[in-house]
Amino acid sequence: MPTLIIDGEEIEVEAGLTVLQACEFAGKEIPRFCYHERLSVAGNCRMCLVEVSPGPPKPAASCAMPVADGMEVKTDSDMVRKARQGVMEFLLINHPLDCPICDQGGECDLQDQAMAYGNDGSRFLENKRAVEDKDLGPLIKTIMTRCIHCTRCIRFATEVAGVPELGATGRGENMEVGTYVEKALSSELSGNMIDLCPVGALTSKPYAFTARSWELKKTESIDVLDAVGSNIRVDTRGPEVMRILPRNNDGVNEEWISDKARFACDGLRRQRLDKPYLRKDGKLQPVGWPEALSVVGQKLAGTSGDKIAAIAGDLADAEAMLTLKELMDSLVSPNIDCRQDGTQIGEGPRAAYLFNSTIDGIEDADALLIVGSNPRLEAPVLNARIRKRYLMGGFPVGLIGENADLTYKAEHLGAGPDTLQALIDGSIRFAEVMKGAERPMIIVGTGALARPDGPAILAQSRRLAETVDAVSGDWNGFNVLQRAASRIAGLDIGFRPGDGGRRTNRIIAGAASGDIEVVYLLGADEIDTSALGNAFVIYQGHHGDAGAHRADAILPGAAYTEKEATYVNVEGRAQQTKLAIFPPGEAKEDWAIIRALSESAGKKLPYDSLEQVRARLAEIHPVFADIGEVTPAAWEAFGIEGDIESAPFRNPVTDFYLTDVISRASETMAECTAAARGGNPEKTGTDG
Amino acid sequence: MGLLDRSARTIFWAELVSGMALTLKYFFKPKVTLNYPYEKGPLSPRFRGEHALRRYPNGEERCIACKLCEAICPAQAITIEAEPRDDGSRRTTRYDIDMVKCIYCGFCEEACPVDAIVEGPNFEFAAETREELLYDKDKLLANGDRWETELAARLEVDAPYR
Repeated sequence: MPTLIIDGEEIEVEAGLTVLQACEFAGKEIPRFCYHERLSVAGNCRMCLVEVSPGPPKPAASCAMPVADGMEVKTDSDMVRKARQGVMEFLLINHPLDCPICDQGGECDLQDQAMAYGNDGSRFLENKRAVEDKDLGPLIKTIMTRCIHCTRCIRFATEVAGVPELGATGRGENMEVGTYVEKALSSELSGNMIDLCPVGALTSKPYAFTARSWELKKTESIDVLDAVGSNIRVDTRGPEVMRILPRNNDGVNEEWISDKARFACDGLRRQRLDKPYLRKDGKLQPVGWPEALSVVGQKLAGTSGDKIAAIAGDLADAEAMLTLKELMDSLVSPNIDCRQDGTQIGEGPRAAYLFNSTIDGIEDADALLIVGSNPRLEAPVLNARIRKRYLMGGFPVGLIGENADLTYKAEHLGAGPDTLQALIDGSIRFAEVMKGAERPMIIVGTGALARPDGPAILAQSRRLAETVDAVSGDWNGFNVLQRAASRIAGLDIGFRPGDGGRRTNRIIAGAASGDIEVVYLLGADEIDTSALGNAFVIYQGHHGDAGAHRADAILPGAAYTEKEATYVNVEGRAQQTKLAIFPPGEAKEDWAIIRALSESAGKKLPYDSLEQVRARLAEIHPVFADIGEVTPAAWEAFGIEGDIESAPFRNPVTDFYLTDVISRASETMAECTAAARGGNPEKTGTDG
Repeated sequence: MGLLDRSARTIFWAELVSGMALTLKYFFKPKVTLNYPYEKGPLSPRFRGEHALRRYPNGEERCIACKLCEAICPAQAITIEAEPRDDGSRRTTRYDIDMVKCIYCGFCEEACPVDAIVEGPNFEFAAETREELLYDKDKLLANGDRWETELAARLEVDAPYR
């Protein structure tokens, strides 16, 4: 381990670090623009200059210089200060003085560092250059005159997002960053460039000019629009969520979030259910809470248990599912299901429905097979982690199901279960790759499990995992990639049919035929609500979508930014959202609604506070007591062997931007969909 | 003082005469009082009176919704909301000043990078109800239009000291 002296202090650091990292380790702040921990080193902004001896008598860029034994580094000498001042002056030559109208103002690296290291005035009297703005689609607004050419966005697009669409043309003063051919970025992670941009060249289009960083209240929370459980920060002003930013969590999302997580927040303002409704004379009419609760309560109390059913949706939190499950139990109804997509998992051990390798563990794997899933659309942040592993090299990826561009090279092996069987038999070449790998990974998506023969495919996948030794020692390479934030928590709680209970599709069939008289939808919109026949439908949720449209009674709940709730992510990591704003109108926290309803149904649940519900959760499953941690699940037999149809796997997500009630209510997401479908109305005239 | 002195002062009304002399002296001096509504005293170009939002000579409003005045206001009397205007420029959709909260410190004027919000020379904006003192953007812009000549002149006089 090399020892070096930084500002007179001796420090020992790991070999292979850069001088900048060593200085950070020693607690010295080095200003930088182009350097970023998660991107490759570019070394072109020159802001991180330090004095290094022995070496040439000139400042050195610390981000690109590896540490060596006996090095002496000065981070605050006269030479360094002068060099930084000079670099800053050069950067500001062409940077416009438009901080007052710049959205980055107040959280701008250039602004901060100009204050700390720059001159007090400008000596530049000539004309500044102006650069034409680029159109990068409906999410990113560009003001390219502000660009200081740090190339972070280019490196992000190329390395992390895996869409090499951004680049620099020209050199010197004529250098411009842009897409070579004008087009919207085709990445699901493009919003992260806005965070990476150290100046205001790339800013958020939906957030443009609406708020300043200093007037926002920041709440640390969890994203629920996919099952990854990305850590986010919700920025609110008054009663509105203004924007959502990622929070660093190396175990889950590093510091990226998907565009849906970031930009769907405008959907939280539209189509909201803000008061209870009851259907009277065929029309939904607003009523007060007491009336709504007593009508629904009497309906539940007056119907025999086996004629009541409950389905929990993709955004339901653990607390609400627990209270609803206990209410259904007390009504003696076995017809509950949290798997509205029709997957039949969760019967066996926990390892059968978790992403067992963990997201962090992807980096340890050395071969990957994806079955019936498109992680790029189902969990973009997780896909970025796979790409990160792919870039390290020696990582063959096989794909069974629909072929797609996953941003890394994946060998398309086949379309359906036959290929899966061929892998078990070892009759195709990729079987050797999987067998030869020390830590092979298998990702089974809901596209494979949501079929009627799902349990058989699950068993087949398990057999494959055992054939290729994917589970050995402390490595578990069998992974199920869920799509819904609520699913793992629902399965952990046991929100699935009891003895003789009905699954989602049989609940719907039962409602259509009249066997089920009351259907309780806890934010379940992804089912065929028109097929519910004459059943009395109770919809509890926060958006007026398919479920509310069909409902006979609507109980307005809270969205994920409006409640303290627990979600378990795809790896089985329990995480909690925090209340950032209050629910609109008369809407209430979901568990509290069910608790109040249980009283009017005459089956009062013993909970008066969130703490009591959480204590009960922790009693049911230890995962809820261990917030933020992953506990490995034991490997046991699961799945039901049976006949498998040879039909190809279909990917469940066709439109990444419109997958749930919040994103469907979002204008920004609608624009993204239009842009992704190539709905640009401005034709160039050369496109036929 | 002897008895004779005191008697003489009393007999000749000495205090009264000296008092009247003072009165007479001020009678011929220039007057310090003003006939207020018809006469007004001089105001410094830095006087901080009623707020106004100014426009550029071409009629475009100056305010760019940077919200620095809102941030610096110690009384939190300013409320701004902004969004992109149709031409893509940054503009306020709402600019409210609660003139009852305002402490007339002039920080907003100092913070403004484009000289949009200014405190003008007008101090005669008393109203009969509180509501009239909750100024919105239209009212502030109307103020600016009405006072523009004086506002510009005052800013010019004060410019060398800024």
